[in-house]
Amino acid sequence: MTSVGRAAPVFGVAWNHVIRTGLVGAAVAIYACLVGIVPLFHERPMIQNIISLGQTVLILILFGTGYLAARGWARGLPAILAGAVGGALAGAGLTLLVVAGAFVDLRAVFTPASPALYDVITFETGLAGAWIPTLFGVGLGALAGALALLPAATFRSLARGFVGVLLFGLFAGLLRTPMLGGPLEGLARLLFASDGLTIAGAVIIFVLVTAGSFVRRRKVLPDPLADLPAPQRRLIALPFLVLGVIALLLLPQVLGPFFAQVIALVAIYILMGFGLNITLGLAGLLDLGFVAFFAVGAYTAGLMTSTAEYGLLDWPWWAAVPFAMLMAAVFGGFLGLPILGIRGDYLAIATLGFGEIIRLLAGSDLLKPLLGGPRGIINIPKPIDVPPTHFLAGPDQIYYIALVCAAIVAFVAWRLRASRLGRAWIAIREDEDVAEALGVNLINTKLLAYMLGAAFAGLGGAVFAGLVGAIFPSSVDLFVSINVAALIIVGGMGSLPGVVVGAIFLIGIPELFREFSDYRFLFYGFALIAMMRFRPEGLIPSTIVARELHVPDDTDAAQLPPAGAAAATRQGA
Amino acid sequence: MPLLVADKVTKRFGGLTAVRDLDFVLDEGAIASVIGPNGAGKTTFFNCVAGFYQIDEGSLQFDGSVIQHLRPDHIAHLGIARTYQNIRLFTNVTAIENILIGQHRHLRSSWIAAVLAARGVRAEEATALAEARRLLAFAGLRGRGDVLAGNLPYGDQRRLEIARALATKPRLLLLDEPTAGMNPAETTGMTKFIRSLRDDLGLTILLIEHEMRVVMDISDRITVLDYGEKIAEGTPREIQTNPRVIEAYLGRGYLERQERQRTAEAAGNAAGGT
Repeated sequence: MTSVGRAAPVFGVAWNHVIRTGLVGAAVAIYACLVGIVPLFHERPMIQNIISLGQTVLILILFGTGYLAARGWARGLPAILAGAVGGALAGAGLTLLVVAGAFVDLRAVFTPASPALYDVITFETGLAGAWIPTLFGVGLGALAGALALLPAATFRSLARGFVGVLLFGLFAGLLRTPMLGGPLEGLARLLFASDGLTIAGAVIIFVLVTAGSFVRRRKVLPDPLADLPAPQRRLIALPFLVLGVIALLLLPQVLGPFFAQVIALVAIYILMGFGLNITLGLAGLLDLGFVAFFAVGAYTAGLMTSTAEYGLLDWPWWAAVPFAMLMAAVFGGFLGLPILGIRGDYLAIATLGFGEIIRLLAGSDLLKPLLGGPRGIINIPKPIDVPPTHFLAGPDQIYYIALVCAAIVAFVAWRLRASRLGRAWIAIREDEDVAEALGVNLINTKLLAYMLGAAFAGLGGAVFAGLVGAIFPSSVDLFVSINVAALIIVGGMGSLPGVVVGAIFLIGIPELFREFSDYRFLFYGFALIAMMRFRPEGLIPSTIVARELHVPDDTDAAQLPPAGAAAATRQGA
Repeated sequence: MPLLVADKVTKRFGGLTAVRDLDFVLDEGAIASVIGPNGAGKTTFFNCVAGFYQIDEGSLQFDGSVIQHLRPDHIAHLGIARTYQNIRLFTNVTAIENILIGQHRHLRSSWIAAVLAARGVRAEEATALAEARRLLAFAGLRGRGDVLAGNLPYGDQRRLEIARALATKPRLLLLDEPTAGMNPAETTGMTKFIRSLRDDLGLTILLIEHEMRVVMDISDRITVLDYGEKIAEGTPREIQTNPRVIEAYLGRGYLERQERQRTAEAAGNAAGGT
């Protein structure tokens, strides 16, 4: 009778849904194991000596399966039942994997399917403990089902607490290093073990974050700024802004040289993101050949400053930067002119080609006498080089330089957004034909967007050359373009704060998890798909820019017809 | 004095001749309408004038200079502005920004000056914003400036599109079905608005329109197209009684029936007379 559609509930549970969810959960769990995420992540502890990151991944999968199986489909005890069965199915998938692994050599196809993997899954009991993941599935699924019965707000607070523990665990090393040797050393020893969290740390963080989320949700503490008028609110925000800037400046000193290198790279990508934001976010030109101008900038800076074989001028880095930008802009104009008549997706393909051409040329034998071929240009001097004191000698100088450059680019973009040119770009992005019919010269306007974007990419390249001290063809590959475009899309098209957040997410965080770099693009893909599915406008979407001259627009407008709208002569009526 | 002159304009799309040998003269300060059944070539003619299409034969002159080889942005600079049959606003920006974009050709400041926020730029921006507000109020959209154009109600979008065209300070305004999809009250308002564009601003207006009440009400001259050819031209009165126009709109059968009716009546009268 009910062979089609939802089956009749038995024990108040929609079994169709539970089974489907459980099987999907099993597939996800097996996939995470077989591609090697679980064994590799196992090497990083979450809570020291208790649980590893790899096991956390499996727990999350089992728990999530139980939650999805139970949520919204059943009430009361049946929900717990549904969760338990869903979790059990997902866990059974892992059991099956262990059993199968014992009889068939899966390593022939899936290299990560080693005994080490089975040890992770079965808590080092081998085939005898194959039932463990299923049991875990039942327990975690039932727990998830029970939690799904809680009010949504309570559940969310608990989830935040859990995510808090997860984040602190992931960034334990990053947080612990600066705290040691300071006044916070005691706290650091309480919360963090030498690797991962301590048990006490995990409990404390969970309780604090959950309670904090709960308190804020209940509005026990009212927002003291909510009732103030805008100017006063801005006045109060000012000290926080200053503090934020100081924190930004101190960041590399506090975090040490490795993290200084990472945030310098993030700052370079922020700088380039701001640049591409002009081309893509404002003018709507999807330029995937961004790396071409990055390369031109980097090589120009290298040729002008290098003290090694291929260096031409031995100039200081600062003198080379304007030329790097200029060369990149010229290249932008040169490459842009023939292709800017192309619209939309086709432009992306054409520019993609340019990026590859530049990379191949840089590494080619043809230009080897000039650019050094695959060995590149080395001995590019540091921008700030004060021999006796070694003031700012590390990568932190690049961080500061990139930060200042990024601020300048953001400022330029912000000013242009509210100008005649910026509006023309937006018009082109919205509807080219209409923009042209309103008197916008398409070629000039697009070319300017392209060249400005290129100039800032060139600046990024020059700063990058300064950071690495060398430039190789392998540094100017397609992924530079993809990274910059992706961080804009993840952050929010046309939004400057979005670029910052996007760069931190897509450049900074992967650098911190170097040991997992094999899976970098897997997570990239996940992140992009999830973004497009759940938040297509980006993490921090751009809002309508509030006008500086903001006057509520019904106060002053006269009802007069516009002055001098046309020649006043007319005949007949 | 003629502002727009089309001389034997022909536009083909492959084998289809959308406009054939069209002669058309529009006097400065006039309101003229182009009417005709669907597919008669009205919008194609608009697109030719606005520079969206290159004409295949003939010539187009605006204010004495030849324009058929010019790009749309050049034509806009000469003083021709247009609206679209299916409204084409910049939907993701505010109403006031739509109008500011329309002012593009009258703003002079360079982008470098804009980055430096030179005094001249700020003054120009302030003037432009005031002008945009005034146009907004003139179009009856006072107080709607900060609404995203795509969120405005339909009638307001039509008005905003005209305000954006006015921001280019045109001499000739091409309106493509300005009252399409409007209710009778809105249509009356739009008719009044179009007339005020001519009476108060001295614009010359060429419109495509299907609503005959509007056409007959405000047009000085009407041109009728059918299958790309001009089949009639004249004052509203002349057009209303032109048999070719009636045939194009209502079909040959209608005319024949009327003819038969008239002969029958005449015969009846004659019979009654004897």
